[in-house]
Amino acid sequence: MMDLLAFARGPGLKYAMFVFVFGILWRLIGVLLLAAKVDRSEPRHTASWKGLRLIVLRLWPRREFLQRTAAIQILGYAFHIGFLVVLVFYLPHVLFFEDVFKGLLGTNLHGLLGVSWPYLPGGVIMMAGTVTVAALVALLVHRLVSPVKRLLSNFDDYFSWLATTAPLVTGMMAYSHVGPPYQTMLAMHILSVELLLLWFPFGKLMHAFTIVISRAVTGMEFERKGAAL
Amino acid sequence: MTPAETEPEHPLELDAPRLSVKQPEVRLDRQGEMEDTERVERALRHFIRDFGRTAALYLESCVHCGQCAEACHYYVATGDPKYTPIWKVEPFKQAYKREYGPFALLFRLLGLKPKLTVERLQQWQELIYDACTLCGRCSLICPAGIDIANLVSLARHGMSSAGLVPHELWAVAERAERQGSPLGATPKVFQERIEWLTDEYEIEIPLDKPRAQVICTLSSIEIMKYPKSIVAMAKVMNHLGLDWTFRSDGYEATNFGMLSGNVRWQKDMSLKLIQAAIACGAQTMVLPECGHAYGAVRWQGANVYGKPLPFRVLHISEFLAENVDNGRLKLKRLAKSATYHDPCQISRRGGATAAARTVLAALGVELREMTPAADMNWCCGGGGGVVTIHRADPLRYKVFQIKMEQIESTQAEVPVTACSNCRQTFDDGQAHFHWDKTMHSLLELAADNLEESPR
Repeated sequence: MMDLLAFARGPGLKYAMFVFVFGILWRLIGVLLLAAKVDRSEPRHTASWKGLRLIVLRLWPRREFLQRTAAIQILGYAFHIGFLVVLVFYLPHVLFFEDVFKGLLGTNLHGLLGVSWPYLPGGVIMMAGTVTVAALVALLVHRLVSPVKRLLSNFDDYFSWLATTAPLVTGMMAYSHVGPPYQTMLAMHILSVELLLLWFPFGKLMHAFTIVISRAVTGMEFERKGAAL
Repeated sequence: MTPAETEPEHPLELDAPRLSVKQPEVRLDRQGEMEDTERVERALRHFIRDFGRTAALYLESCVHCGQCAEACHYYVATGDPKYTPIWKVEPFKQAYKREYGPFALLFRLLGLKPKLTVERLQQWQELIYDACTLCGRCSLICPAGIDIANLVSLARHGMSSAGLVPHELWAVAERAERQGSPLGATPKVFQERIEWLTDEYEIEIPLDKPRAQVICTLSSIEIMKYPKSIVAMAKVMNHLGLDWTFRSDGYEATNFGMLSGNVRWQKDMSLKLIQAAIACGAQTMVLPECGHAYGAVRWQGANVYGKPLPFRVLHISEFLAENVDNGRLKLKRLAKSATYHDPCQISRRGGATAAARTVLAALGVELREMTPAADMNWCCGGGGGVVTIHRADPLRYKVFQIKMEQIESTQAEVPVTACSNCRQTFDDGQAHFHWDKTMHSLLELAADNLEESPR
């Protein structure tokens, strides 16, 4: 079983990172290199960059929509924030990132900024993980029962859900020593992370990058017209 | 011969509360003779040709959250998930990923997206045309910042190239291209209408002045159905003592080329107006009470023309507001309560939300806003060419009920709008539901209450 772990930690991670980075670049560049249309209409507001505020505005629905969408918004935030907390503040993850930093920059965060990467106690991480998985399950159920979302959904939606949830579940199982031996569980965890990295550039997970650009473009276009943001 | 009789194939329905061609006995929702494969190929080519970086970015950003459904009057009124705004472009979204996106090869190899078929496009015709007024409410809810209404417009480009436009909308657009007006208001009819109004209302209406500072334009709906609106425009212009004119070589501001998705016709229609304005050396073009005309000329005109327009373009509500603000236009106070129906393309999508309210304030009415109002207003359900499509009537009446409830709950005496297309949609809805509320025109309200003070 050590072999699996060694593969996951070594070449597996390397290849997954490669696909992750180049896949993202390929998809972003493929879109951003397309010709942009020049708008020759006389702008109502010349400072169209002010439309960039849409990036922030669209973090939360307008009052008029809130009643119909608030519950789903909250669940969405719960799993996004929870996922980030687990990813960024769990000590073994911190050590891993510090290692990567060191490899890339020759120094860790402390050497660079004089502050250490903060981390949270394992118990807190487990709580965040539980909330995250619960929110993800709730959202999956909603996707399956809401006629609108069921209609819109395809392979991407379900597979992206799996790729997001698997690292959380395997990680929490490894932490609490549930299921297979720790070494195996750890290998499963790292492999599931690699699945996430491999899938990331191809499906909807890419919204992590595209959403900001899309909001920015729309915001500037609408601001130019003085239209509602 | 009345204009309605000039067209045996698609006679007009000029006595109806809303204007369209007569309800076709046999629907011809396909135009032109071509193989199915060619239709699909054309739909794809034109959809793809017309979108640049922004549209591609939009299609890459959707996470299928489904929130746009909650913003759409069609979904809210029916609860049918097929009316979810982003679903209306689903065949094109899939085709983009399969044929054009950065991973197109992968999608094709793995067969993840089905090949586009003509049956699928025909199935979507209802969603792209009958069930979208391009009102853009969904574009305000999308967490990914996708301008969904814009994507539906692009899908219409593809559908039009494939000859898959609903019968009446196509017939109306084709007539507009051929005769210069979607409703038979040919230049000759227009000239006669102006002569008649000049006599009937004893008002000077300049037509075809070789030079003028301001060129005024109209919607066929006004020429054929609300001629008082033309008089109102003339009254205001004369009152302000402006050097202005209508031009018989460029008067029709509606753009059914745009609404049907025919890019070439859209260009022809816009160029007529632009060239007429340039011919008379106008510094300002005033657009009529018509929502989509504003989108077509104010925001797309220069892009169709290929360079900035050498004149300003103002919607009539903006024109009135500007003259209220600079003190040239004084209005009598109207001791009534009113509510304002925002035309989507003027307010939400056009940025002129404040203009009408400035005019209403000058009229001194007690403005009772709807909930929601202004940028978040519900569409009347008749925009985007929908009001011409008979097949869409039952659905249109459903979404119109949202509007009726909104207006009823303000308990305002006078509902006002600044779009003739909204107005005829209201007239039609009023007749259908035997409703006691009649929609009024902001321009006519202003023209009826000019303060006759020496300038």
